[in-house]
Amino acid sequence: MNKRLFVKGNEAVAMGALEAGCRYYFGYPITPQSDIPEYISRELPRLGGQFIQAESEIASINMLLGASASGARAMTSSSSPGISLKQEGISYMAGSELPGLIVNICRSGPGLGGIDASQADYFQAVKGGGHGGYRIIVLAPHSVQEMYDLTMLAFDLSDRYRMPAMLLGDSVIGQMKEALVPHPYRRPDDHPDKDWAVAGKSGERAQKIVKSLYLGDGELEAHNWRLHDKCRRLADNEVRYEAVDLEDAELIVTAFGSTARIAKTAVKMAREEGLKVGLIRPITLFPFPEAAFAQATATAKKVLCFELNTGQMVDDVRLSVARDAEVFFYGRPPGAGSLPTPEELCGQIRKYCGS
Amino acid sequence: MSATMQKVFGHPVSLKDVQTHFCPGCQHGTIHRLVAEAMDHFGIQGRTIGVASVGCSVFLYDYFDIDVVEAPHGRAPAVATGVKRVHRDKIVFTYQGDGDLAAIGTSEIIHAANRGEGLTVIFVNNTTYGMTGGQMAPTTLPEQKTTTSPYGRDVGSDGYPVRMSELLAGLEGTAYSARVAVNSPRNILQAGKAIRKAFGIQVETGGFSFVEVLSACPTNWGMNPLKANERVEEEMISYFKLGTFKDITES
Repeated sequence: MNKRLFVKGNEAVAMGALEAGCRYYFGYPITPQSDIPEYISRELPRLGGQFIQAESEIASINMLLGASASGARAMTSSSSPGISLKQEGISYMAGSELPGLIVNICRSGPGLGGIDASQADYFQAVKGGGHGGYRIIVLAPHSVQEMYDLTMLAFDLSDRYRMPAMLLGDSVIGQMKEALVPHPYRRPDDHPDKDWAVAGKSGERAQKIVKSLYLGDGELEAHNWRLHDKCRRLADNEVRYEAVDLEDAELIVTAFGSTARIAKTAVKMAREEGLKVGLIRPITLFPFPEAAFAQATATAKKVLCFELNTGQMVDDVRLSVARDAEVFFYGRPPGAGSLPTPEELCGQIRKYCGS
Repeated sequence: MSATMQKVFGHPVSLKDVQTHFCPGCQHGTIHRLVAEAMDHFGIQGRTIGVASVGCSVFLYDYFDIDVVEAPHGRAPAVATGVKRVHRDKIVFTYQGDGDLAAIGTSEIIHAANRGEGLTVIFVNNTTYGMTGGQMAPTTLPEQKTTTSPYGRDVGSDGYPVRMSELLAGLEGTAYSARVAVNSPRNILQAGKAIRKAFGIQVETGGFSFVEVLSACPTNWGMNPLKANERVEEEMISYFKLGTFKDITES
């Protein structure tokens, strides 16, 4: 039996990363994620790893680029304004087909905004974020246990598909403490060799180049289609979501991350009242669980989406259900005191369910 | 005893035998050769990783026969830091222009030097943005006309050309900082020595070494190669003094 620990979400990310063999961390302090660099800076030296508190978010993402190009499992972490600064580097990593973990413990915005929980960076995370038209893997934990588990999964998917992966949390999941059972990391059997990484060209081995510049006739177009094809393979093979009470549901509630925790309680309350309501919680935000929505709305004709913003994931829900269902939205844009209560969300469910 | 033939000059092993894309009179080719000679001198081709920057020198990997990572504009010292922290036993160098290193990448170069990262930085200063089309650089000289300073650099509004070698020499983390030019045989010999010294410092002490190379850009200066070479001597060297500004192995 593994021990049950009582830890913070951010600490669970750090623990999961170290357990998954990450030995290189580059970052810059920002609330509400600083527990991650604090934990890692304490633990990495005894593991023989390298921790750098960089001069900026821009430098830290580029250090990650360099470590990743060298074949190492490496990461950075930040929060919304810092993630904006990292977008240049993320675009270059995507273009250079480099893996690497970027943890975003979101805070509210725009601009300096505040430090409260927010889901306003959904678009930035799942639609590419930087320039040039690319996507990255985005995972959304909704518990401290998932902060640990999905950190490991993010590294594995990132290596398998040679693209950056983002763990999209928020200050509620990052700062709250709950039970964690830290299980040992198991390297997937199909884990690929990083034979593309730079290491010094010894002997007769051909030169290795990690780059995103393609100037030859047709080269960049082919490169873009190859990147696009990886997204298709991700959608075919790596979608993850949690489904609750869908069988007889007339209304499907959907939410991710911390909001999904509240939504789950609200759905339970509604069920106790006899309302036929179910829940889909996307765990992979990219690739988005389109098929799960398409399938569920073959019978359920209403979908209600909760988010801590003015409506972002709801766009992907609408695209997924096409015209098979009506899609409703209830949002609480981020800010102090804007976290909805289960009663509040249950009230929304009542509004659309059975009417 | 019969005389045997001895090879005294040849193409550097670390440099591919290909034609470059550089303009006539451009001195990147000369500087590339000096870097390759330094790698050959220490026999480190097989364990050297280059970090290319954005600008005319981005095609580093087409000319050097070594592993290369391409960095975003100005970020080469940060990318190289990531590479070096993974490959502690390898030789890592960046090759950057003046816009890249002294404008958009000022923060990255200062902090890489300040950390004393085990890197060698080759900084090519030609007082202009070359590939972008001759715009004003942080090293553009006072009164110098460029495509974005059409009336000449106005120091009252644009500030003064930045002397990076002196600036970095002031940091504790810097082991070696020197400025050289490649406009004459004598200066090329000096430049070769400085670049070799810089790589030697990384090989032997693992410290941070920096060589600024004054270089001509005839195309964007609107001059023929000979005139451009004269400009290096007459205008650039008087502002950007040649010399060694820090060398921890000398003290």
